[in-house]
Order: sequence, then C-alpha cells, then structure tokens
Amino acid sequence: MDALVSTEGLAKSFAPNATPAIQSLTTKIKAGQVTGLVGPDGAGKTTLMRLIAALLQPSEGRIDVQGRDTRTEGAAIHDEIGYMPQRFGLYEDLSVMENLTLYADLRGVVGDERTATFEKLLAFTDLARFTDRLAGALSGGMKQKLGLACAMLKSPKLLLLDEPSVGVDPISRRDLWKMVYSLIDQGVGVVWSTAYLDEAENCAEVIVLNQGRVLFQGDPKDMTAKMAGRVFKLHGAGAERRALLARTLTSDDVIDGVMQGEAIRVVIAEGAAAPTAQSIGAASVTIAPTPPRFEDAFVAMLGGQPKRTLAQATRQRSDGDGKAPVQAKALTRRFGSFTAADHISFEIARGEIFGLLGPNGAGKSTTFKMMCGLLRPTEGSALVDGLDLYKAPSAARARLGYMAQKFSLYGDLSVAQNLDFFAGAYGLSGARRREAVGRVIEAFDLKPFLNENSGGLPLGFKQRLALSCAIMHEPPVLFLDEPTSGVDPLTRREFWGFINAMVGRGVTIMVTTHFMDEAEYCDRVALIYRGKCIAVDTPEALQHAVKSKDIPEPTLEDAFIALVEQHDRAQQAAA
Amino acid sequence: MSAASLKSGRWRRIRALIVKETLQVVRDPSSIVVAFVLPALLLFLFGFGITFDATRVKVGLVIEEPTPESAEFAISLSNTRYFDVRQAQSRLAFIDDLAAGKISGVIVLSGDFAERLERGDTAGVQVITDGSDPNTAGLVTGYVQGAWQSWQNQRGFAKTSSMPGQIDVQARFWFNPELESRRLLVPGSISLIMMMIGALLTALVVSREWERGTIEALLATPIGTLEFLIGKLVPNFMLGLCAMAVCVLAALFVFDIPLRGSLLILIGFTAVFMSVALSIGLLISTVAKTQFVASQMAMLVAFLPGLYFSGFLFEIASMPAPLRAFSVIVPAKYYVQGLQTIFLAGNIASVLVPCTLILVFMSTVLFALTARNTRQRLD
Repeated sequence: MDALVSTEGLAKSFAPNATPAIQSLTTKIKAGQVTGLVGPDGAGKTTLMRLIAALLQPSEGRIDVQGRDTRTEGAAIHDEIGYMPQRFGLYEDLSVMENLTLYADLRGVVGDERTATFEKLLAFTDLARFTDRLAGALSGGMKQKLGLACAMLKSPKLLLLDEPSVGVDPISRRDLWKMVYSLIDQGVGVVWSTAYLDEAENCAEVIVLNQGRVLFQGDPKDMTAKMAGRVFKLHGAGAERRALLARTLTSDDVIDGVMQGEAIRVVIAEGAAAPTAQSIGAASVTIAPTPPRFEDAFVAMLGGQPKRTLAQATRQRSDGDGKAPVQAKALTRRFGSFTAADHISFEIARGEIFGLLGPNGAGKSTTFKMMCGLLRPTEGSALVDGLDLYKAPSAARARLGYMAQKFSLYGDLSVAQNLDFFAGAYGLSGARRREAVGRVIEAFDLKPFLNENSGGLPLGFKQRLALSCAIMHEPPVLFLDEPTSGVDPLTRREFWGFINAMVGRGVTIMVTTHFMDEAEYCDRVALIYRGKCIAVDTPEALQHAVKSKDIPEPTLEDAFIALVEQHDRAQQAAA
Repeated sequence: MSAASLKSGRWRRIRALIVKETLQVVRDPSSIVVAFVLPALLLFLFGFGITFDATRVKVGLVIEEPTPESAEFAISLSNTRYFDVRQAQSRLAFIDDLAAGKISGVIVLSGDFAERLERGDTAGVQVITDGSDPNTAGLVTGYVQGAWQSWQNQRGFAKTSSMPGQIDVQARFWFNPELESRRLLVPGSISLIMMMIGALLTALVVSREWERGTIEALLATPIGTLEFLIGKLVPNFMLGLCAMAVCVLAALFVFDIPLRGSLLILIGFTAVFMSVALSIGLLISTVAKTQFVASQMAMLVAFLPGLYFSGFLFEIASMPAPLRAFSVIVPAKYYVQGLQTIFLAGNIASVLVPCTLILVFMSTVLFALTARNTRQRLD
C-alpha cells in the first residue's frame, strides 16, 4: 500500500538560530488508519500538521502528500485533503449551514452532490437540528463536529485533525473517536494530533514527538508492551500516600510514580526487582502488578521522572481551629437569565487537594472565580479561612495564593524582577521580602535563571516561577487553574511533586481541570455540569459508583461520562 | 484535479467569499461602526470643530485722545461681525489681558490720529497681536485692515471727495465667496476619512482571520491569492461607498457645501480612490497578524500622512523640499484636490484627469504589491 504522506529528512525552523520545530523526520503515514501525533505542547505537532497540509515550507528535506511535493503542488494537495486546524477554523458569526455552504463552494461540492453530502454529514454529526445556529453559539463538542464536517466535505483521502479534543468534554471526545473510526472503515487516512497521551492508545500507529524530535514511531501497543511487568499499584497507604510516594521515588529502582486516586502507580527501572512492602518500608501497603499504559512507556522513554525534592518552601502549618479552610455555601451566579453556577456548595479540609472537574462552559471557571474573590456571587458566600471573600476581601485574599492558567507572569521582566514584583504586590517589604524571595529561589531552584526574561523560559520553569510567585506570602490556601494542561508529563510530575510536598505541610489546594489526569491527584473532586454540582466524592468512590457489567474497571473518565449521562436522564425524566 | 476545473471554480469561490464577507459585515457591529458612525463622527468633528475663520474675536481698542474721527472708527470696528471690542485710554490696560490670552489683539489709535487723517497722511493705527497664535494674529491684522478700508470708503462717500485716479481695489473671492474655511475643510475631511476607513476595513478583516485562526482552514482549501483578495475587496468596497454616501449627505445637507460638479463623477472618482485605500489596507494585512497591530498601522500609514500631507490643513507649498517631495506619494493629496474641485468648482478636467490617472496608477501598484506579498502559506 502506498503511503499517503512520506517525509524524508524533514526539518523546519522558523528562525536561523532557533531550535528547529521539527528535526530530521523520516516517516510514512498510511491510509485507512489513525496515525497519532503525540507529544506535549511545543513538541512540533502543529508544525508537522501544517507541513503536511502544505501550509508551511520545509526548511530541509522533503514531504510528499499522495506523491505530490508540498513545495510545488500545494493547490492540488489542498484539493485532496481535509484539514481541521486548532480551534476548528470556523466562522463564529456564520451559522452552521453558512459555514458548510462556504466550504462546499470553496471545495467545489455543488449540485446534487452537495445536497447528498450535507444530508450525510448533518446526520453523521447530529447537527441537523442546529443548522441555523451561529457557530459561535455552539458548545465545544458541536463546534468540533462542525469543524470536522467542513473538513470532510469533499471526502478527503487524508484528514488532518490538529488537537481536535482540546476544550471538548469527554463525551464529545468519545463521539469524535467513533466518527473517526467510521471514516477509517471507508479507507480515509486520519492524522490526529494530541497532547493527551491516553489518546495514543486509540491510534493504530503513533509518532511520538518531543522538542521537535521523534521519540517513537510505530504501534503504540508495542511501546506499551515493553513496560509489561514493570508497573505496580500500591494500595492502602491512606493519608500517608503522598509521603510514601515521595519516599518511593527516592529509590533508584523506581523511575516513575504518580497518584491515582487512593492508589500510587509505580514504574520500576528495566531489570529492577519488583517492589515489596518491605522494600518501600510500608508494611500495611498491598502491591499488585497492573497493566502498563502508554504514558508509562512515554515517561520511561524520556528517562523517567526527574528526582528532586522540594526544600522548605512553606512552613509547617498547625491544624488551626479544625474548621474547613475553604467553604462554598450555595454559590450562585446569574448572567441575565442564564445561571452559570447554581447553588454550588462544598467544603475543603486542611491539607486536602480538591478538584473542580467539568467540561468547558459547565460553570467551573465561574465557581473558581467566585472562590478567588474575582466575581461577586449573586447568592451564597465563599469563605477562606473562615473569612468571607466579599465581606472582608483583603484579609481573605491575603490568605490565598492563586496561580492562573497562563501563569500571569510578566514576560518582559526577568525572573528576579517578577519575584520582586509579586512579593511587593503581596505587601512584603524590606527584610521580609528578601527572606521570601530567597526562600522560593532556593526551594524551586531558580538561581540559574534569575536574570533571564521569564517570557523565554521553558514551560516547566515558567510553571515553577508562577508557583513561586503564588506562594511567596505563604498562603494557607492555594488555588490552581488548570495548572498542567498541555504540559509534558515530566513537568507535570515535577509540578505535582511540589504540590504534594506543600500539602504535606498542611496547605489546602483547590484545582480546576477538565483533564482527567489532574483529577487523579485530588483527594476529592466535585463534578460540575451545567452549572450544578452533580457529585462530590473521592475519585475511587465515583469510579466505584458507576461500576457495572459493561465497565468492570471504570476509569475516572468513564465515571465522569456515566454520571453526566445519569444526570441528563434524571433531568429529562423530571421535565 | 486539472487546471481547467480549478479555473471553472474560480467564480464560484469568489462569490462564496463575497457572500461570506457580506454576512460577516452585516452581523458584525464593528464594521457598521467603521462604515457609518466613524465617518459621521469625524466629519462633524472636523466640520464643526476646526475653522480658520474668526468670528467675534476679542480685541482691545486704545484711543489715546478721543476725537470725533476716532469715535467714528471705533463704531465702525464694533459694527463688523468679526470683533468684540473693549475700549480704554491706555494700552497698559490691555497688556495683562493680551498676555493671559483673554484678548487676541490690541488696536491703538495714536494721539495724532485725527491730525494725520486730516493731513491725508498715513494714519497712526497700531495693531498689537499675540504672536504665539499666528493664525489668529494674522486674522486680526487682516480684519483691521479690512475694517480700516471700509471705514475710509464710507468717509470718502460721506465727504464725496474721493480723488479721481485713485485705484479702487475690490477683492472678489471665487469658488468660496463667503471665504468660509469650512467649504475647504469638509471635502478635505472627507478624503481623510475615506482614506482611514478604506485602509482600516480591509486591514481589520484580514487580520481578524489570522487572529481567529480561520485563515488556516481557508488556506487549506483550493482558493488562490487573487480570489482571496477579490473576496475581501468587493464587500468592503461597497461598504466604503456607503461611508462616502454618509459623508456626502452630511456635506450637502448639514454643512451646506455646494456640489458644483456632477454626482456621477464624484462617485467614479471616489471609487478609484477607494481602491487605493483598500489596497493599502490589504498591504498592511500582509504583515499585521492581529487587529490591534493592523489598526495601529492603518493609523500610521493612512491617517497621519493624509492629515499632514494632503494639503487641506497644512499648506504643502510652504513645507521644506523633502516633505514636499514626500507629499507626492500621499494618495489623499490627489483626492483632496479632486474633491475640492468637484464640490466647489465643478467638473474641471484639467484637475480631475491627472488626479484620477495618478490614483489609478497607485492602486495598480499597491494591488500588485499586495498580490505578490499575500502568502498562500503560514510561514
């Protein structure tokens, strides 16, 4: 079978001296299967997509699409491929039908062919009911389906999907995979790029990219299979599990370890002996081998988790008065007639990691903003350390640290200047400021970068810096907004290592995320859906609740989908 | 796909892009603001806000020695509609007010005013003006001279002693007999507004596609550069003409500017200029990838040169040579000339034909540059 895409020594750099976005890539992409482009943000996935779509010129080497050189035959290639860019490439001020018509005209799908194609695609994407709705008013999942429909108008032989699952809830994500598989059956070749490593397992073949280099090409199962017998789950550590994880990671035999709800997932080095209760020094813990995942293989390939221990970044906190340090009491926020958050209540205990989980637009950001004191609730109250954020705002805010999704650092200031600025913003001055800045520099190992502009730092260091800035004033409560979405697995592990250490010292954490991996680090999660809190519990309890014959071992994502569907059914029954 | 089928689809693709662009314009309030509100706002600002005419200028009149003649001249001065006169016996009374800018000038009738007048000598009238505001200073001097002349004439008629052989100068102002600067300013403002809007419209719509990431999906379809550009030009051209209609209606009915040339020529001439302005916007959009940068560049490239070098606010002839040379490439300059001619003078081919030819040449060059620089790729 001929390859749809073949590259030879392909390289792409955007500036003469910059690190190339893609380096010496030789590969073939076949028809009739899904090829995954897998890697963290900045790995070069989008660059490779655009090179295939003949939207970028290669700097070196060549890339052929269906035997045509992308340098010279761009127009002909455009006629044969379907391409859905990030954010789906839709005109938000045009309706569903107008978007489809535009692309049908541009791609020359006319007459009877158009009628038939529209009918087929609208049925396929389940958008027939929404043809008059503006694309901007669609949900993330529906936008994604419309973007897919626009890309598929001319029955392409090659379909390029650039991060189609970003910002899309798990249910729509599952639907999309179903749609893509049905295309595969028709012989279409699909290239799917993603930062979610779990999606790699759905692909027949993956190209794993990291910093522009190919780490692995081939069947993801082969990659995962290498890890067989090296992955274990540790159960029963209870409240000690974070400390146990930190301790386990100090062993040279252990190359990776993450929290998975109540359990700890440990990957051992090649040829190392399986861990025993004795070797990890925790008698009450049961250890069971578990099937490896793609992510285990990915981390192993990158040489395992970086071993660093967090120095004294925050002081040990006493248990306080035993009251919950974070309380949401019937938080409600209405925008006009729309209720974004509807009587959301929860309490977070000291030293707990609490997750707000939900699809985009569900109301978790609204809830989060109210908890940070950034958005006044229409009803209800938000308390930090017993202080009402809207009655004693400055006192309450002084007790919380906040790390925003995009880090909110000043890119043109150096690391030291950023630290100084944030220390000042939190009202630290003189000796206290010097002490605070010195403490975080040491704790997060920022010394080598002090004079570099923070805008040019690698993602992992930006994240460290942002976290340093957020905890400079030693808040007892820390709020994190999607802290590690799109971040590579190693950086993510390092980040959670910091967080776990802080929790060990009694800091209380609240995280928002639509990322199931992040939710696994939480002690408890609140599931937010359509403005309501539809479940609050530990990840295991949520998983356990949806256990059935069809899904004997539900993942958190399965639990999420099942609970949302349950909620929808209950709403329908009530209506 | 064959070249023939690519070609046959061209009109369909252009039409699809025009339809899309039009729908976006209709639904996007910001295009409406740029096309209708902005021109009206700017025109009212220029039309009412800027004027080179002085009415009721505050001046001080010093009569060092009151005589019937000086009193007569004082009355004549107060009777013009240009001056708001205060009287005093010494210039000292006005020095502070002049320094403070409370009055714009001091007119001094010297002690021997009547005697000199009697002798037929040059009369002793001194005009002191505030040189820090040369425009008003010039006006005051000019108006005093005018008032002096008309007073002399009156006196002459009253005495019936006008000497034979004396030259009688009578000024006639053609094209703008009331000498209202507004008549020149409004057509000038229109050209500036059209320059700004034209460049802004296209620069914004293209950079918006970059900002929202839609350009990527668009470029991955079989559209060509020319199709893309025409798809952007046509709807915005129509929008620009709407903006022009707003301006012309305001000029005719709000500012009472006459339209002495033909409406058809005005529309045709505007169409040529619009193609220049829109091409500048497209050229900007080949480098500007965000709407913010695009609007800043439109300001810098279209608005400011139009303001300084179109010749409607600042006299190009009195600029230093390098700036005069620069003004040659400012399209607004030719449009101002043409518009002022069409509005105030009529269809004068000797002005309009060269201006039109230059603008056609400019738009051709700009469009060719744009077509060459518009990328079919993202890098």
